[in-house]
Amino acid sequence: MDMSAYPLELPEGDRPMVRFMNVTKRYGNLVVLDKLNLDVTEGEMVTIIGPSGSGKTTVLRMLMTLETINGGVIYVDGKPLTHMARDGVLVAADERHLRKMRASIGMCFQHFNLFPHMTALQNCMEGPVQVLGLSRQEARERSEELLTLVGMIDKKDQHPSRLSGGQQQRVAIARALAMRPKVMLFDEVTSALDPEVIGEVTNVIRKLVSEHNLTMLMVTHQMGFARDISDRVCFFYAGKIEEQGPPDELFDNPQRERTKQFLSAVKEAD
Amino acid sequence: MSFNWRWDFTWEILPRLLLATLNTLIAAGAGYAIALVLGLILALAQRTGWRPITVAVREFVEFIRSTPLVLQIFFVFYVGPQFGIRLSPWTSGMIAIGLHYSAYLSEVYRAGIDAVPRGQWEACRALNMSTRDTYVRIVIPQALPPSIAGMGNYLVGIFKDTPMLSVIGVAELMHTANAIGSESYRFLEPFTLVGLIYLAISLPTAGLIRLFEGWVRRKLGM
Amino acid sequence: MPIWDFLEIYGARLASGTLVTCAQFVLAAVIAIVVALLAGLGKLSKNAVIRGVSTVYIEAFRGTSLLVQLYWIFFVLPLFGLTLPKFVAGFVSVGLNVGSYGAELVRGAIQSVPKGQWEAAYALSMSPARRMRRIILPQALALMLPPWGNLLIELLKGTALVALISVTDLMFQAKQINASTFLSAEAFGSALVIYYILARFLITPFMRWMERVIARRLGRA
Repeated sequence: MDMSAYPLELPEGDRPMVRFMNVTKRYGNLVVLDKLNLDVTEGEMVTIIGPSGSGKTTVLRMLMTLETINGGVIYVDGKPLTHMARDGVLVAADERHLRKMRASIGMCFQHFNLFPHMTALQNCMEGPVQVLGLSRQEARERSEELLTLVGMIDKKDQHPSRLSGGQQQRVAIARALAMRPKVMLFDEVTSALDPEVIGEVTNVIRKLVSEHNLTMLMVTHQMGFARDISDRVCFFYAGKIEEQGPPDELFDNPQRERTKQFLSAVKEAD
Repeated sequence: MSFNWRWDFTWEILPRLLLATLNTLIAAGAGYAIALVLGLILALAQRTGWRPITVAVREFVEFIRSTPLVLQIFFVFYVGPQFGIRLSPWTSGMIAIGLHYSAYLSEVYRAGIDAVPRGQWEACRALNMSTRDTYVRIVIPQALPPSIAGMGNYLVGIFKDTPMLSVIGVAELMHTANAIGSESYRFLEPFTLVGLIYLAISLPTAGLIRLFEGWVRRKLGM
Repeated sequence: MPIWDFLEIYGARLASGTLVTCAQFVLAAVIAIVVALLAGLGKLSKNAVIRGVSTVYIEAFRGTSLLVQLYWIFFVLPLFGLTLPKFVAGFVSVGLNVGSYGAELVRGAIQSVPKGQWEAAYALSMSPARRMRRIILPQALALMLPPWGNLLIELLKGTALVALISVTDLMFQAKQINASTFLSAEAFGSALVIYYILARFLITPFMRWMERVIARRLGRA
């Protein structure tokens, strides 16, 4: 593949926080994402919706470097994430480069993935102490502040097994924020929750959107929530962005046939 | 000779057997320590993601597991001198038994590590943790509790296999009982006592391991 | 000495040892399977005496070493008036030892058969023996076959100890060759390889085949 078409760094004035440039992902013969182009500007909240198997979760997982990509380049804050410059061209990133770049990205998972052998507070402190090298005191202050933000400070000494799903997800959000990422990824964070606790998690995310200037990418099945808080909604279909736009436009006046079908199918299910 | 248990003879040989039991425990402990460390190395070596290493280690583990320990003990003890390396019975015994059980323990570790959900690895990735921290702080602590039962079984197993060291002259319990037998022409008491001593140690140990497992789980809040 | 020359001279002895090892293996396996079934079922019996005998057997043989058991059966049993030829003492000891581990597999597998199966058989008013034979055991068999594969490898390895009471098996021949030639690497090395071949290319494939047969008969293939 000819890498010379991809700049070593994005030019000043055209530096979105995240840029997917012709990104392709395959599993064997199955093309999950086909030459995806997507920019997310700083402070923007972009929600990805679409039927299952449309590749929406893969977008987040590639950005978190949990998946490798088969073509194209992902840039974060103007610098290549999946690649690095060597002798004036981009080559596949090594582990060191990935570690450096990954520091600006945080992620929350569908199944929380809290560390079961650590309390809520220890979960939040783990990254700051071990990875960022903060003192235990600093890490504790930062973590307690964030646990307060997500309303979990009362439970800071509980192990995950003693917390409800909604509580665990709130701790997971605090844990991710404790790393001070520039970009936060939310991968179906409410899908594994009982209906009555979904609100406590969405409220935390609402608070982040209104009070913090974080760049966020979210995959969700909750259309109402997506509409409320997104700056832009992308509808994925078969590995491509079928349609995107401000939530009101996309939900009230979808242009493409597949978008209409999907939205009416979702509405019926509600 | 017929069946008549002699108590005076029993009391006479018991101290000697108990002293030899100490040697047995030392042999089991040392062999186990080797196996614990070597087993971890064998388990991690199969996770490097480099296929030749994975396949080679896998085959090595299979080989060790499917051939008799007593033969391995002979092999280590006798093959060295053929090439000019002389190992004492103790050293060769510890190498053989440690190596043998490291193969089993590597399987226990592997199962334990495989049982850690993929999401835990991904969370470590998302927190940008190094591979070393991921293993030391997250994966191994979670792999430990489910591994304890297996690790405990092999501790008892290694203890019960130490009599094989007698074949190269390590003065453990079986070797001593044999010596007593051939000195006195009485086998009933020494061999029966050896059996009882083994029972007296291995049965409570199995119980203690179960208690320990529960304690570790509570300790880790799982 | 090149390994080919070694095998030319000592191959026949190693082969005869291998035959003895195979014979010990088969006979010990038969004893182990029979005893495991009896003791495994016995441990689940309602009769306290049967349960007690089974438990004592299982704990005694699992709690001590095979070598101790072998020596005891060969050297001490004659004092009680029961003298076994060394060949018989060999496979009986190995069989009884492995049978005690097998008994736990049998018990565990029977207890893992879902409760609904017991109740369904009960609802058809089957006799307890029939229920066990027709409904529970076939399902338990499928559950316990994989661990039995490992156990049979342990059994093969266990037979190597019979060399210590001078049964002329593979281990014994290797020892003899070593003692007369000092070609330790060749003697013990080829024995190790033969044991490996028996375990990896005979026992393991055979057990896999058994698993497939049983799965097919249960309609799970």
